[in-house]
Amino acid sequence: MITKEPVITVKNMVKKFGHFVANDNLNFEVYKGEIFGFLGANGAGKTTAIRILCGLSTPTSGEMKVAGFDVFRQTEKIKQNIGYMSQKFSLYEDLTIYQNIRFYGGVYGMKVAERKARTTEMLDRLGLTDYENRKIGDLPLGWKQKLAFSIAILHQPKIVFLDEPTGGVDPITRRQFWNLIYEAVEKGITVFVTTHYMDEAEYCDRVSIMADGRIVALDTPEKLKEQYNASNMDEVFLKIAR
Amino acid sequence: MIVVNELHKTYGETVALGKVSLTVKEGELFGLIGPDGAGKTSLMRILMSLLLPDGGTATMNGLDIVRDYKKVRLITGYMPGKFSLYPDLTVEENLQFFATVFGTTIQENYHLIKEIYQQIEPYKTRRAGKLSGGMKQKLALSCALIHKPEILILDEPTTGVDAVSRKEFWEMLKRLKAMGITILVSTPYMDEATICDRIALIQDGHLMSVETPLAMMQAFAEDLWAVRSKKIYHTSKLLGQLPSMISVNSFGQVLHLVTPKGKHTPQSIKEFLSLHDESELTVEPALATIEDVFILLMNNRKAKS
Amino acid sequence: MKRFLAFLRKEFFHIFRDPRTLIILFGIPIAQLMLFGYVMTNEVRNVKIAIVDHSQDDFSKRLTNRLLSSGFFQLSAIPTAEADYENLFRSGTIKELVIFGPDFGRHLINEGRADIQVIADASEPNAAQLIVNYTTAITNSFVKNELMKDQVLPGINIKVRMLFNENMRDAYNFIPGLIAVILMLISAMMTAITIAREKESGTMEILLASPLRPIQIILGKVVPYMLLSIVSALVVLALGMIVFKVPVIGSFALLLAEILLYIFLALSLGILISTFVDSQLTAMAISGFVLMLPSILLSGFIFPIKNMPIPLQVIANLMPPRWFIEINRSVMLKGGGLAEIWPNTLILLGLSILFIFISVKKFKIRLQ
Repeated sequence: MITKEPVITVKNMVKKFGHFVANDNLNFEVYKGEIFGFLGANGAGKTTAIRILCGLSTPTSGEMKVAGFDVFRQTEKIKQNIGYMSQKFSLYEDLTIYQNIRFYGGVYGMKVAERKARTTEMLDRLGLTDYENRKIGDLPLGWKQKLAFSIAILHQPKIVFLDEPTGGVDPITRRQFWNLIYEAVEKGITVFVTTHYMDEAEYCDRVSIMADGRIVALDTPEKLKEQYNASNMDEVFLKIAR
Repeated sequence: MIVVNELHKTYGETVALGKVSLTVKEGELFGLIGPDGAGKTSLMRILMSLLLPDGGTATMNGLDIVRDYKKVRLITGYMPGKFSLYPDLTVEENLQFFATVFGTTIQENYHLIKEIYQQIEPYKTRRAGKLSGGMKQKLALSCALIHKPEILILDEPTTGVDAVSRKEFWEMLKRLKAMGITILVSTPYMDEATICDRIALIQDGHLMSVETPLAMMQAFAEDLWAVRSKKIYHTSKLLGQLPSMISVNSFGQVLHLVTPKGKHTPQSIKEFLSLHDESELTVEPALATIEDVFILLMNNRKAKS
Repeated sequence: MKRFLAFLRKEFFHIFRDPRTLIILFGIPIAQLMLFGYVMTNEVRNVKIAIVDHSQDDFSKRLTNRLLSSGFFQLSAIPTAEADYENLFRSGTIKELVIFGPDFGRHLINEGRADIQVIADASEPNAAQLIVNYTTAITNSFVKNELMKDQVLPGINIKVRMLFNENMRDAYNFIPGLIAVILMLISAMMTAITIAREKESGTMEILLASPLRPIQIILGKVVPYMLLSIVSALVVLALGMIVFKVPVIGSFALLLAEILLYIFLALSLGILISTFVDSQLTAMAISGFVLMLPSILLSGFIFPIKNMPIPLQVIANLMPPRWFIEINRSVMLKGGGLAEIWPNTLILLGLSILFIFISVKKFKIRLQ
């Protein structure tokens, strides 16, 4: 259920690299339990913003809170309360599924019994129970991505950040992946996602579109389509970003 | 013209290409559509003679890709999947280098790359490593084109590139095609398929179908329904239990439900859903997209094996 | 040819735009030269000592003067209480302590023998031994000059002369060796890295898919680094001659020709390494560890090959620097000509041809 209770608040966020303004005065809120799509052309400043919200980079100025914690002073608390997954870095290829899970469980300080219970439940849900001791490197890409996501939310974070999670994945796996996202949302996890697939933008509750370091549009996919007189998000995006 | 005859390639136990046969006609814009690991890159590398096939043969404009590989390389332009230019050389120096390597000059073939290169020319003294994704891709295409190739082989040129740059890139390909260049291009984005003259859907090293996009969509063998509802995820779960249902997938805000030919009507589907307290919805027949075709063929393959 | 020149141009762009390359090419040789030259020296110079003179007579004062004016020693303390000695050593204030016994001069004249105690800091045994030897030598010569001017001593008077390096200067030993080590390192490492970089960035895939022939790619990589390595070699040689006063007695032209051959050998070894590595890091590690240690330890640069156990001697003979160091020493210090060094030259030539041959054979025209 989406309430209007914000889990991410961004006020006047600015990030400069020298003279280059990567994020130019961003303002938005992400509500608890929603899927928030974060779109934009390459180089529009998406990655910079995500890094700041994940506590990996310090903004130049602004007032930002993630899961109730300040991005300037409480980055450690933020990291404890979020999950992160990207297409590039997901899991250790030379470790088995079980070893990866144990490692991340350790990183987030999960209790052993709790980790084991959730692992069993998760592998069962993914149908991977028999593959616990397989090396990640031997798995097909689609499995890896689904596993990476499940492990990213194993510690039940308040928010999970997904940076192009479905790049290059086959269409069936892509949808299975989105089903996992919906399941996570049902458990009350807020999802913050970037993607280059415009149909995926329509799976989001609300979508923001960045261009040249600014947010140029932010609304539900329906309202955006209405506003830009477009039949799908692809058209909306092209009209805005071009 | 590219003629591929039963090309076979394995890595250990993994089959990268399983006896693939294919013909790309002269002056055709041919798309190789499939996810990562489907075998697109292997096929292209074999055609460029960067890999040796384990079996089968292929010719490019009549030249054997193994025996005449030197000649093949002269008549083809190739853009690998990864950005492969020198990041410490400027835009102009990169182009100059590849022109000379292929025994030509920028001036000689400028007309070919003019439209593409003009967009990055203002930045010609900038180092290639400092360009944005879209500009890098334009430079790479310019470099692949500078020796006036008869055939262009492009390995996922639009992967990781935003929707705007992707659109522009396909526009450029259309214009190159108009100049008579044969183009083989691969992509994981199914929506790009419709721009191609013909496409091959590839999965696990096998071609599932080779056709024009339109014929492929029209030949969709089962019934396809577009279902709209307020609670899309919930509805999708319910439809998964519809008797004899083949698949249900979300396409944006719409669900695509596939059922065997003649098995269901909008009415019967609605009735099934209303049994489960779902009533606020619409069901109407829909035209298949390439992605629907791909999913159906993938499911058929899975069912067979 | 045009293609080849375009390739060369590109290589020079890479080199001059990457400060790291220039540092490796010029910074490392100069730094190594200075390090070996000034830090790792075995020579005794300005060693800090303390002198305790219990006799304070004419003889003890003259001997003290002799010691201090030799240039080898420098007076750092005049301790009064015996208890101070240990502290002076411990704090590193002095490395040696010389104590004259009471009535030094009287004992010397009357009895023909007197006592001097020499205490040295043996925490660095080699240095201590050297310091004590120098002290003993100065003392003996003092006694001989002062007391036995008119006497003819029975027995053998050994006159030692160290040929080719009269003053036992360390620089004479290390400059020829260092040139060999440095050139091997930078030439091989740079070529291996530069080819690995093309593989890493994916540009090798495009080069392979182009009409460039393998030999063009290989030579295109060799030539620029050959030129730079020659410059680097000349810098090291010039520094050696100017700063460390190492002579070149033999033909300078011959020396340059040999250096050229050796650089070519090192470059071909680099190419060979690059044919089986895929990343810059591996290239660096292999050329660093696999080449550096053996070419320092097993080349006769520091440890004489004759003193090594037989298996190591066999391995040492496979090290290109071993043969080049001999050439260098011969030409620079002994004035040797081709008549003396032709076997070594032939070995270097043979190794180069072997490496280039294997590289061209192994250089893949395809990915795999």
